[in-house]
Amino acid sequence: MKFLVCISNVPDTTTKITFTPDNKEFNKAGVQFVINPWDEYALTRAIELKEANPGSTVTVLNVGEADTEPNIRKALAIGADDAIRVNAAPKDAFFVAEQIAAVAKDGGYDVMLMGKESIDYNGFQVHGMVGELLGIPTIAPAMKLDMSGNTATLEREIEGGKEIVQVTTPFVVSCQQPMCEPRIPNMRGIMTARTKPLKVVPPTADAPRTQVQAYALPPKKQGVKLIDAENAGELIKLLRNEAKVI
Amino acid sequence: MSVLVVVECDKGEVKKSSLEVATYGAQLAAQLGTTATAIAVGEATEANLAQLGEQGIAKVLYDKEPRLKDFVNNAYTKLIATAAQQEDAKVIVLANSNIGAAVGSRLSVRLQASLATNVVELPHTEGGQFVVKRGAFSGKAFSDVVLSGERKIIAVKKNSLEAKHEAGQTATVADFSAQLTDADFADAPKQVVMQDQAGGVLLPEAALVVSGGRGMKGPENWNLIEDLAKALGAATACSKPVSDVDWRPHHEHVGQTGITVSPNLYIACGISGAIQHLAGVNSSKVIVVINKDPEAPFFKAADYGIVGDVFEVLPKLTAAVKALN
Ligand SMILES: Cc1cc2nc3c(=O)[nH]c(=O)nc-3n(C[C@H](O)[C@H](O)[C@H](O)COP(=O)(O)OP(=O)(O)OC[C@H]3O[C@@H](n4cnc5c(N)ncnc54)[C@H](O)[C@@H]3O)c2cc1C
Repeated sequence: MKFLVCISNVPDTTTKITFTPDNKEFNKAGVQFVINPWDEYALTRAIELKEANPGSTVTVLNVGEADTEPNIRKALAIGADDAIRVNAAPKDAFFVAEQIAAVAKDGGYDVMLMGKESIDYNGFQVHGMVGELLGIPTIAPAMKLDMSGNTATLEREIEGGKEIVQVTTPFVVSCQQPMCEPRIPNMRGIMTARTKPLKVVPPTADAPRTQVQAYALPPKKQGVKLIDAENAGELIKLLRNEAKVI
Repeated sequence: MSVLVVVECDKGEVKKSSLEVATYGAQLAAQLGTTATAIAVGEATEANLAQLGEQGIAKVLYDKEPRLKDFVNNAYTKLIATAAQQEDAKVIVLANSNIGAAVGSRLSVRLQASLATNVVELPHTEGGQFVVKRGAFSGKAFSDVVLSGERKIIAVKKNSLEAKHEAGQTATVADFSAQLTDADFADAPKQVVMQDQAGGVLLPEAALVVSGGRGMKGPENWNLIEDLAKALGAATACSKPVSDVDWRPHHEHVGQTGITVSPNLYIACGISGAIQHLAGVNSSKVIVVINKDPEAPFFKAADYGIVGDVFEVLPKLTAAVKALN
């Protein structure tokens, strides 16, 4: 079984978000970048399935410039076998999906795993676009993925419940909790990751379909209005008469 | 040229988020000088679909193929794409739901459309540009995005605008067939399992949410959360550690790695307000925090707060809500 795991490089979850003075770009200065938390579910599940199916391989794919390599190495340290980096700044979801599809087209991957969305642009788009570009099913968002031969059984979250879906390879799956417990690299993994192959390929030339014009921070909160615990019922009156939400 | 609105139905009812999307679509159509047509997916009744007139929809297309009752990505994509072509839709509006996002991304490739998800406002269309405002960085920022394609797809974030209800207006419901074949249903679900929702309110759709964290001490105390939720007609939610130790089911877990909610009111009980939790709730209109620690970070994100013990405060709140009604 050949697994392809797509990872994105995102600001650490605790980052304070700021923008360049013209508000056109995210201000990367001093920011620590991590593997997108949703992608960690995809990566760990792929490695678990590889371990359960001897002879399988896990390839990690990232669309990004050279500064993403520490996180690609981290994915290799967690247990992926090799990696591909498409050397381009990710412009928008469609651009990224096109790069992934171009790599996957001749790669013979059975299962392509990725996270539900990236925690920076919150697109929730790339997996569906890749599935459509390749003409294969996408199951999104999935909470469970089991494989038996080339048949997969998945649980897909729907509002208020779940669907049990069965598909045969190849397919794309976007992963979310509680698919697995994401792994962290151990010492041996970190040592071997250094020598694992990381191939850099050029992007295909297509243009993005969306452009960010400006970023903005949400308006500052007014500050909390405290109500005495003894007199808690007062809060309900405020919610009705002042905030008008109940 | 028209606006096509994708309306999700469940057990014959149009979902609340789809009423919002219908309102958005009708307002956008008026802005563009055209009309809004809807395509219904899921289990619908004609009477309920006709009521979409109250949101400003002129016509609803409905394909009676029974296998469309449950979500099937390929079939839904083909259905909506066919409707978009028939109606010459330049803009397609859907909910930023699990269905909307899954279909929207496939549709954008099939129709060569620019796609924006998580959209919170009507677009700005002055000067021939088409710019939408969307949430980014897990609710910590917004971005204005130019959709440059000839066709555009917009997924509207839940609770971003109030659904309009103009009594007496009805929409025409028209039979529609996308001529779906067995192959279009190859990824159909084998089984659909619905979860019990406390109080019957779906968390992702809810306008009011009562949520509990580790400060609730154990699952045996959740009746305090449920009582308040029931009195308010709210959905219940929880923080990640609570679902990790199985006090509550995973589908109630909100936050960066759980569900993102944007209700009108979010009441956090015994939750510290870690940044990953805030990421899933900070676009709520009003946030109430009950925590015995006055230094809990959640108070910084809150509109109203009570420094106190949840075990004492929650019964008082429930009693006060009951007294109101
Ligand atoms: C990558 C990553 C992703 C994450 N994703 C999420 C996520 O999606 N959602 C999420 O929630 N967390 C997430 N977390 C975890 C998050 O960092 C916090 O650990 C978590 O939100 C804390 O949950 P809590 O507030 O319920 O518990 P605690 O941090 O233990 O806080 C409990 C609070 O209850 C208060 N309290 C205790 N007893 C009482 C009482 N009797 N009355 C009133 N107050 C009381 C305490 O003062 C305290 O503030 C994530 C973490 C990481 C690293």
